[in-house]
Amino acid sequence: MNEVFIQATNLTVTYGSEPVLVEVDLEVAEGDLLGIVGPSGSGKSTLLKALLGSVAPLSGQVERRAGLTVGLVPQVEHIDWSFPVTVAECVGMARARGWRTPWIKRSERAEICEITERLGLGGLEGRHIRELSGGQQQRVFLARALFTDAKVIFLDEPTSGLDVRTRHEVLHLLGELNEQGLTIVLTTHDLNGIAAHLPRIVCLNTTVIGEGSPNEVLIPDVLERTYGSPMRVLEHGGMRVVVDSPLFLLDEKSA
Amino acid sequence: MSGVAVLAIDFLKPFEFEFFRNGIIVATLAGALCGVVGSYVVLRNMSYIGHGLSHAIFGGYAVAGLLGINLFLGAGAWGLLAALTIGAIVRSRPIGSDAAIGVVTTAAFAFGLVIVQIYGSNGPNADALLFGNVLGVTLADVWLIIGVSICALAFIFLGYRQLLFTTFDAEVAKATGVNTGLIDGLLMVLLSATVISTMNVLGVTLIAASLVVPAVVARMLTDSFPRMLILAGVIGAVSGFVGMNASYHLDVASGPTIVLTSAVFFIVAFAAGVPLRRRIGVAHGAH
Repeated sequence: MNEVFIQATNLTVTYGSEPVLVEVDLEVAEGDLLGIVGPSGSGKSTLLKALLGSVAPLSGQVERRAGLTVGLVPQVEHIDWSFPVTVAECVGMARARGWRTPWIKRSERAEICEITERLGLGGLEGRHIRELSGGQQQRVFLARALFTDAKVIFLDEPTSGLDVRTRHEVLHLLGELNEQGLTIVLTTHDLNGIAAHLPRIVCLNTTVIGEGSPNEVLIPDVLERTYGSPMRVLEHGGMRVVVDSPLFLLDEKSA
Repeated sequence: MSGVAVLAIDFLKPFEFEFFRNGIIVATLAGALCGVVGSYVVLRNMSYIGHGLSHAIFGGYAVAGLLGINLFLGAGAWGLLAALTIGAIVRSRPIGSDAAIGVVTTAAFAFGLVIVQIYGSNGPNADALLFGNVLGVTLADVWLIIGVSICALAFIFLGYRQLLFTTFDAEVAKATGVNTGLIDGLLMVLLSATVISTMNVLGVTLIAASLVVPAVVARMLTDSFPRMLILAGVIGAVSGFVGMNASYHLDVASGPTIVLTSAVFFIVAFAAGVPLRRRIGVAHGAH
């Protein structure tokens, strides 16, 4: 049994009088690669923030292992791309706690180069972040999270707005980092492209509807309760494929 | 005597006067300070805050004059209260930063005006406060701006990465353990101190331009944050030095000449566009 890093128990979070999360129980253990799926407004991002400790719960609690370091990769849509930072400066700012020299030290620069090389960003350290492709931009913020020496990395919609090839690259990269021991928690809208490839999924719609492997969770009943709309699930090459086309459902009714 | 020598003598003549030497020191330091602090202000999309804060502080001057307390102390407390209130409102996010600045600073300014209209004011000359005045610069102003500049440098040196992280991505910075509330609060304190210490030479109505223009010009010239900070400081300092000399020779208020000098930098940077950016080495290898 791997060590539990973060444990949410009976977690309820509200924005004003509106409940966003209700009695959520979730465990993040060392080595997890966990995906949180659900419709827009289901509380995915709020759950990430609650696990990070940046949102205070109304009731329940989130326990983090003492001294646990975490990193967050934000949605790229939330980044100010006109901000004047190069790749190296963006990654370097992450190590900000306590007193640090304003400049990136030689030893830190070597670490940054090692991380950027590992993420396929070698040689781009002097580029402005706007000058990179979508996949490279996503990897810069992943590099920044890694530079915090994080044991757990949270990613909010890491493949949002990316093309299929780049999405695959990001997914492979996350798989590799997880195999190297990094614990990863991500939110995604992409059931077939991302969630179906993860070892563990949580279906969320204000509360946890289902949790387990794709084979256990990507089933019509759980998906309908999560998304509020009927969906079909097909088997293709041992993988679950979720079909949410209304035409498919109409065909089914007429049959 | 050659024309160049005459020009040099004419240029150096005002340096014989102590008030001018004080003024040039304060104007140069004020320009550099506003340029550096303004970089954070501009990148936080809070360009309007300098304008608002200076007006709020003007109200504080009036109230301090009425109460007979130290003008800097009164105005400083007034400005700081306004800045911290804006910061708290922006962090809790019921409204945007521009709206928070508009509401808080105009209310603080209006309160001061009401007090002045009812009770009168023992404060300093209004024109000097509004537009800056080289004659009004004292040795105390020199020491004040030196002190604020040292504090600003120390804060930026010690908290450089936390400031950068909070300015660029406050939510992630907070999530990864940076005390963003403290950083925001200290930046607001520094901003208030900057406005108060530069008010005599720049004037209430033109401080905002000194906070914004050098930072904007620097941003146009580089894609690297540390380069932007240095460039904004240098552009601000040169604008202060040249503007103060122009103020003496043209016999006009120092605030407008300093701001117009920085506006020339803006026009040159804007007109030069991409060729100038390339020459400075913006796009690649900027760090």
